[in-house]
Amino acid sequence: MDLFEKLEILTDAAKYDVACTSSGVDRPGAPGALGSAVKAGICHSFAADGRCISLLKVLMSNDCAYDCTYCVNRRSQECRRTSFTPEELCTLTMQFYRRNYIEGLFLSSAVVRNPDYTCELMLQALRMLRERERFWGYVHVKAIPGASPRLTQQLGMLADRMSVNIELPSQKSLSLLAPQKSKEKILTPMRQIRDGIAENAKDIVKYKAAPRFVPAGQSTQMIIGATPEPDRQVLMLAEGLYKKFSLKRVFFSAYMPVVSDRALPARDTPPPLLREHRLYQADWLLRFYGFQAGEILDDAHPDFDPLLDPKCSWAVRHMEHFPVEVNRAPYEMLLRVPGIGVKSARRIRSARRQATLDFDGLKKLGVVLKRARYFITCKGKSISPLPMDDPAVIAGAIRERGFAQMGKGGQSWQGRELPALEQLSLFAPSREDGVKRLTGQI
Amino acid sequence: MAAGPAYIYRYDGSYPGFLCCVAECFRDKRLPQGVQLLDEPQATLFPIKEVETRPGLAQRVERSLPERISPLAHSMVRRGFLTCMEEKELRLLRFILLGYKHGAKVTNMSTHDDVHALDAALLYLKNEAHYHVEFLRFAECGGFLASTITPNNLVLPLIAPHFCERLNTEDFVIYEKTHQMGFVHQAGGRREFFQAQGWDPPKPTEAEERFRALWKKFYDTVAVEGRVNPKLRRGNMPMRYWVNMTEFQGRL
Ligand code: SF4
Repeated sequence: MDLFEKLEILTDAAKYDVACTSSGVDRPGAPGALGSAVKAGICHSFAADGRCISLLKVLMSNDCAYDCTYCVNRRSQECRRTSFTPEELCTLTMQFYRRNYIEGLFLSSAVVRNPDYTCELMLQALRMLRERERFWGYVHVKAIPGASPRLTQQLGMLADRMSVNIELPSQKSLSLLAPQKSKEKILTPMRQIRDGIAENAKDIVKYKAAPRFVPAGQSTQMIIGATPEPDRQVLMLAEGLYKKFSLKRVFFSAYMPVVSDRALPARDTPPPLLREHRLYQADWLLRFYGFQAGEILDDAHPDFDPLLDPKCSWAVRHMEHFPVEVNRAPYEMLLRVPGIGVKSARRIRSARRQATLDFDGLKKLGVVLKRARYFITCKGKSISPLPMDDPAVIAGAIRERGFAQMGKGGQSWQGRELPALEQLSLFAPSREDGVKRLTGQI
Repeated sequence: MAAGPAYIYRYDGSYPGFLCCVAECFRDKRLPQGVQLLDEPQATLFPIKEVETRPGLAQRVERSLPERISPLAHSMVRRGFLTCMEEKELRLLRFILLGYKHGAKVTNMSTHDDVHALDAALLYLKNEAHYHVEFLRFAECGGFLASTITPNNLVLPLIAPHFCERLNTEDFVIYEKTHQMGFVHQAGGRREFFQAQGWDPPKPTEAEERFRALWKKFYDTVAVEGRVNPKLRRGNMPMRYWVNMTEFQGRL
């Protein structure tokens, strides 16, 4: 098979993976080596779906021995099978990199023969790149669940970031749809990578030139909408993963029905992009806004509101905390006001040290009051055009316009027809997940 | 400032030349009516003054910027000169005079018309430079890598260091068509800017054509069909940069 066809097949099979960013590590260039890495990551193009292309995202092989129901590469599926040779992969990476097409390589693989054999293949390719070609750019590699720890360790010494896909949000779904995988098999390498990173951090303190193990940290992703878990369970899982495994990111991937199976949504089900979008918004609240998963969704509200973002949704359920006085409210509380993002909250915090703020002052700071006005006072004054105590009225006023207008007939929730798609991309990892996202106002 | 005729300055377009305009303005004790390039057609009713570029004088003005205003203001003037801001010279001139008057404070006076315009122009410059770090493409043409770009601002001095560091093992040329200026880098050696009325890279090699085709294949394949979103793509990657990008060659 020629390289064109291989590239087509192995790109096609890898493209549903969303955890593809080049961020997390600053590595200046080194004389005699090709490449460098920038902490915020660099996008080099945007595909027709509007998502960032940063890394050469391919599989080593799609010749899988496993039979996960939701996957295009499963054993029982008829399709073209192929593998890159380490040499081919190395050439593609080097040649794309020097032309400034990419920041580096994102290497994943189906299970060829068995996990260890697969790891060996990937190791060969990465060694060739790092050691023979002295490639100094970014490498993200997927750990293969079930591989021996020694091989995972070796991969980690050659990569910047590693990830293990959690795949599905529950053990039950896993055993139903991915019978050869298990929670334990997935969590074992995750734990190993976490401990490896911690160990390495100590070594670096002692000995500055100690070789780096996964310097850009660990991430994971899971498929949303292939199985029936409520949003609350997904979010709790994400929160647990951040805490227990010190992950850099948890990515969510709206399930695209690519295979027909009785255990899966029908082929014509559109991917639940709105749900994915809400999960990214909630993820943002966990990471930057000091929210707990249990606050965002609780037993009474196990799923996201299609019309309100999770922060607004929390606020209207907790009107007892509002209005807050902008001049006195603690920073943590400012962050919880709908419409006030991290940037605005910081500006308010530093500006109010100089002078008492009024609404004009807020506007000068660039604070958008469209939604915030229902939840704040300035010097005791409110500019809310509504009575403060009716959550339903406020909820109506701050709904996302695009959705509210959909009205009755058209749009529905959890996966039928989709509302204005371009609005849904704000928080998905479209540009790099660095600075730009930090200013996201929720 | 004192009365006197308001001149139109004409200078050679160089940065030292501009600094001499600053000195001239000081001597005139009055702002010029406009600042033009020597090779622009003369169509004006105002009296013309040709400002000669004198390196020694330019150096003195340059030194006064960090000393009398602030290092930040100095850097803003230098970067500001690379921007495509309208009436760039006049704005910078007024910014400098404002700086002489108010000192370091000037960089915070963002409600002042000229400071505001300069801030906006610098932001555009920075963004456009970043776009070029992302979207610039090299092509292998017999022994070295070549790239042509067409930015609105003169981004070359800002992006060259990034590529020198990253591609230190490569020989490469970046030609900025808009400002007819280029940059050469030789692995482990020469790095310099050059001026050229036009520059055409040698014909791409066969291997080059092959990697372009492979890249296009990758680009087309990696998009997820169910999520096609032209608006998002354009938002992240303005169409004006597509002309120089490999993945769109022969497709626009
Ligand atoms: S292991 Fe499962 S998910 Fe991974 S490629 Fe094979 S079939 Fe697909």
